[in-house]
Amino acid sequence: MESIEEHRHITGYGQLAVILALLLALTGVTVAVSYIHLGFFNVPVALAIAALKASLVLLFFMHLRHEGPVIRYAFITAILFLAVMIGFTFWDVAFR
Amino acid sequence: MTTRIDTAGARIGMWIFLYSEIILFGGLFVLYAVYFYDYPELFAKGGKELNRIIGSLNTVVLLVSSFTVAASIAAIQRGRKGQAMTFLAFSIFCGLVFVVNKYFEWGAKIRHDIYPNSATLQDGEPGLNIFFGLYYVITGLHGLHVIIGMALLTVSLVLVMRDRITASRYVVLENSGLYWHLVDLIWIFVFPLFYLVL
Amino acid sequence: MTAAQSYLEQPSPPGRTGWKAWLLTHDHKRLGLMYLWAILFWFVLAAILGLLMRTELMSAGRTIMGPETYSSMFTLHGVIMIFLFGIPAIPAIFGNFFLPIQLGADDVFFPRLNLLSWYLFMFGGGFAVFSLFFGDGFPDTGWTFYVPFSISSSGNVSLTVTAAFILGMSSMLTGLNFVTTFHRMRDKAMGLMKIPLFTWSVYATAWVQILATPVIAITFVLVVLERLLSIGLFEPDKGGDPLLYQHLFWMYSHPAVYIIILPAMGVISEIIPTFSHKSIFGYKAIVYSSLAIAIAGSLVWAHHMYTSGMSDVSVFVFSLLTFLVAIPSAVKVFSWVSTMYKGSIEMSPPFFLTLCFIYLFTVGGLTGLVIGAAGTDIHVHDTHFVVAHFHFVMLGGTGFAFFAALHYWWPKMFGVMYRNRPAYIGAVSAAVGFIFHFVPMLILGMQGMPRRYYDYLPQYETGNFLAGFGAYLLVFGLLLMLLNLVLSLRGPRTAPANPWGGATLEWSVPSPPPVENFTDPPNIKDFPYDFSEIVGNSKK
Repeated sequence: MESIEEHRHITGYGQLAVILALLLALTGVTVAVSYIHLGFFNVPVALAIAALKASLVLLFFMHLRHEGPVIRYAFITAILFLAVMIGFTFWDVAFR
Repeated sequence: MTTRIDTAGARIGMWIFLYSEIILFGGLFVLYAVYFYDYPELFAKGGKELNRIIGSLNTVVLLVSSFTVAASIAAIQRGRKGQAMTFLAFSIFCGLVFVVNKYFEWGAKIRHDIYPNSATLQDGEPGLNIFFGLYYVITGLHGLHVIIGMALLTVSLVLVMRDRITASRYVVLENSGLYWHLVDLIWIFVFPLFYLVL
Repeated sequence: MTAAQSYLEQPSPPGRTGWKAWLLTHDHKRLGLMYLWAILFWFVLAAILGLLMRTELMSAGRTIMGPETYSSMFTLHGVIMIFLFGIPAIPAIFGNFFLPIQLGADDVFFPRLNLLSWYLFMFGGGFAVFSLFFGDGFPDTGWTFYVPFSISSSGNVSLTVTAAFILGMSSMLTGLNFVTTFHRMRDKAMGLMKIPLFTWSVYATAWVQILATPVIAITFVLVVLERLLSIGLFEPDKGGDPLLYQHLFWMYSHPAVYIIILPAMGVISEIIPTFSHKSIFGYKAIVYSSLAIAIAGSLVWAHHMYTSGMSDVSVFVFSLLTFLVAIPSAVKVFSWVSTMYKGSIEMSPPFFLTLCFIYLFTVGGLTGLVIGAAGTDIHVHDTHFVVAHFHFVMLGGTGFAFFAALHYWWPKMFGVMYRNRPAYIGAVSAAVGFIFHFVPMLILGMQGMPRRYYDYLPQYETGNFLAGFGAYLLVFGLLLMLLNLVLSLRGPRTAPANPWGGATLEWSVPSPPPVENFTDPPNIKDFPYDFSEIVGNSKK
């Protein structure tokens, strides 16, 4: 059997726990902020915190930071396409 | 044909599948984005009717379960079979908690005559109908994915138990874990969009 | 080489016999053939449906069918041609068969997933057939399933869109397999810029399959949910916006047409160097233009919606972006023609069909500019001009490229040589029939004849009548080519490994190939279209 193994990074429990703590803290923050009336800015703030949480899960729980260029660039491409899906629809919706 | 062990390739395949899932939910987020733009006050009103405590609890449950899934992989990398199984079982339990919470949430809404095509929604504000329509579709599709994720984690648990997943061969566990993390990622966005619109 | 050694005799995994050796195969080559027979069936069926439709249109009023039947026919014709032919044909048949070989690999990365893709394809097709005969009959909404009609229509919309969903899964998984194979199973000596252009085109297509298909998946899920639950997400009375359906639908279905055309362009990029005995002009330009088409094609979907009521700003933006997509396609046409310049041209059926492609696709692309420009589109939207445009690119383009691929790779897949004369007669008939069938539609469209109409005003009758003859000639030509190919299978397996003098790796293995593709390690040249050895040998 051919084995194309590469050196795999072994995750530390401690690091995982720190990330969980950060995620829970950010959850608390986003709930708290939702009670502060920032008007329109509630939305981008909530989404920004969500994006930060998502990045932590992606980079550390899903090991995206240790993956090769194919997976990373493809991920960015998927997100860009999602951004286009939403953004370009607004060329229509926002200007009616 | 030579058999090969190429875990990087197996992971690439799983990540590609995840991208397709992201876009699948992405279509629903397109609808949400447009309708939130159309009905901001009514979305806020609908958000107030959702139970923020259950929503936050579900968020915490999924985040913890993501941690335990990642920890189960760390455990199997160190050859700690028992630990890996415990972490996995706990993750599956978290999924169950999530699904049960969702069941109670939906049940409460349905008892209050808030469900697709209900009289309350039909006679009420159209924007509110859209909010709850999206709520049911998105959390429903997400819940389906939680169940699928639980099934994958259960399969992994059984394979760990039978020593088919080991320290030198754990790509199935990694890939199941990736799927579970995706379920968590989607909820990370669903939670503020529905529960924290104020 | 003894007959027992090819993939047609030797199963993979080994030891299986009889039907299990095919229905449970992991061999990408056998899967390619299994797709071939299924897809040829669907293509012929849909072509006959088209012929029946055009026969109906040859005279005003009722000719051979009633209006409801006509509506179901154009829906069925579209659904089959798009989801069961156009999207899968070249990737699932030729991509499966040749991508691994062109990369110097022995199979795709996930062979069992590949088998699953085939079953999903067959299951989806079966579902579509099922929806023909049960309940209130096949949908009459058009393959575009626009709301609100698709939600209220009594036909089997839910079953049919579910069939499309299943077919989409097949497509997505095939794309996943190809991307992984491309990145992980290339021969070590084959750098990115040594990969043949057909493989590059299938790779670019694979990304569109992966990222765009889920959009139609969720769109069709929403249609089913709306039919079942009446949520109202697309209904104005309930707060919904029907235009959002169109946005979501075209977010996939426009990239889908690039799924349909990109692999076809890849085929052309293989055939032209081979029969010009000259290296492809602009290899890197073609690689980058394939990726550019995949990317740019994902930005232009709302050019199908200029008259839908969307904002003027979006009409402007999408029209502008649409013109950009034409550029990489033009780069390819230029490169192909430049390849032939000062080459040593050898005529053959695949090369003839390729030349037909270049002409018909170019015309199709030019008519696309008329439609892509919002101003002129107002005049021709939803007329037969549009019908002609997309048939020029999808049939004149992909269809002819598909037949070119069949004629190019048939000796390799089956080890037999077909007769050239019927191939040429069929190809000429198809090309001439095509032109006589679809050029009148360009004119009828400009004169205002709507599409998807069962009947029409008297002034359109002459054009429709004449176009009908073209249809019969076209279908005759297509069927003749297919018959010629199929009949060749009765002959002896005497095809040489390299009947055409091709330079890519599939021509270095026997015809048909052994189950493991390469018995000796493949010899990776510095450049995939290096004809020096082949040209040198022919001078001896």
